[in-house]
Amino acid sequence: MKIEVNGAPQEVAAGTVAGALAEMGWTTGRVATALNGEFVPKSAREATMLREGDRLEVLAPMQGG
Amino acid sequence: MRDFYDTAFDTPLMLGTAQYPSPAIMEAAFRASGASVATVSLRREAGQGQAFWDIIRGLGVHVLPNTAGCHSAREAITTARMARDLFETDRIKLEVIGHADTLQPDPFGLLEATEVLAAEGFEVFPYTTEDLVLAGRLVDAGARVLMPWGAPIGSGLGLNNRHGLRTLRAGFPDIAMVVDAGLGLPSHAAAAMEMGFDAVLLNTAVAQAGDPVAMAEAFGLAARAGALAARADAMAPREMATPSTPLIGKAWL
Repeated sequence: MKIEVNGAPQEVAAGTVAGALAEMGWTTGRVATALNGEFVPKSAREATMLREGDRLEVLAPMQGG
Repeated sequence: MRDFYDTAFDTPLMLGTAQYPSPAIMEAAFRASGASVATVSLRREAGQGQAFWDIIRGLGVHVLPNTAGCHSAREAITTARMARDLFETDRIKLEVIGHADTLQPDPFGLLEATEVLAAEGFEVFPYTTEDLVLAGRLVDAGARVLMPWGAPIGSGLGLNNRHGLRTLRAGFPDIAMVVDAGLGLPSHAAAAMEMGFDAVLLNTAVAQAGDPVAMAEAFGLAARAGALAARADAMAPREMATPSTPLIGKAWL
């Protein structure tokens, strides 16, 4: 199905947030996730289902002031 | 000394991690400054994040994630929750920006986000102005630390409203306060500490200096000097001169 990941269109086969992260190779790194503007904790990624057109945000540590 | 949600930091300097010429210079600046806290943010994963995180972990400092760039309470709340998941700390430097030019906080959004996050167990470090009424509301909402600005973020103007900052400091004797943003020189940091603030937080003044490592050390020394002076009970200023050398025993010439 087609979803949006960090603002870019992305085709994913997986049906969950955890599955999509694995598909995109984000299994080892430290990331935080939100789906359609709502926070999805690490512990809920397996159970959070994806639907066509969903907006997934995958954030990483970054420099900040 | 006031602590920060039951944590006492070894030194009164908090340092940002952005805008350095290189990661190596950032690391050297941290070591030279003796900073006890590093501020970090979270952004869309573009491949650099994990290496950056490894450097931060290696510094052995406390981490304070921010919600920089958030313009609404809702956005800041979601960012704070993501930051807790990512950095595994309850601390959050809460920024809800209200004005594009001054980057000054939106007091209404800030209060709303503080209420929600404090209730969720976050240790909220709200980036605020020196406004006494807003400070009271933030404390009522559960903030046990306040971070009043010195001047607009990145401006280097120093302490724009010393009277307001002094009034704020005196108004909440039990609340730890960090002067955050707008500092340009070590003397600004020393002045804030002499006024009784508990720490200073800066980034641009160090990162954008010609020699960030030397400037980091200067800020570290200034913050500690100011803290020491604040505990040393400064003399009261006088209008007229009084000789410091004794007059007794002076020769009759």
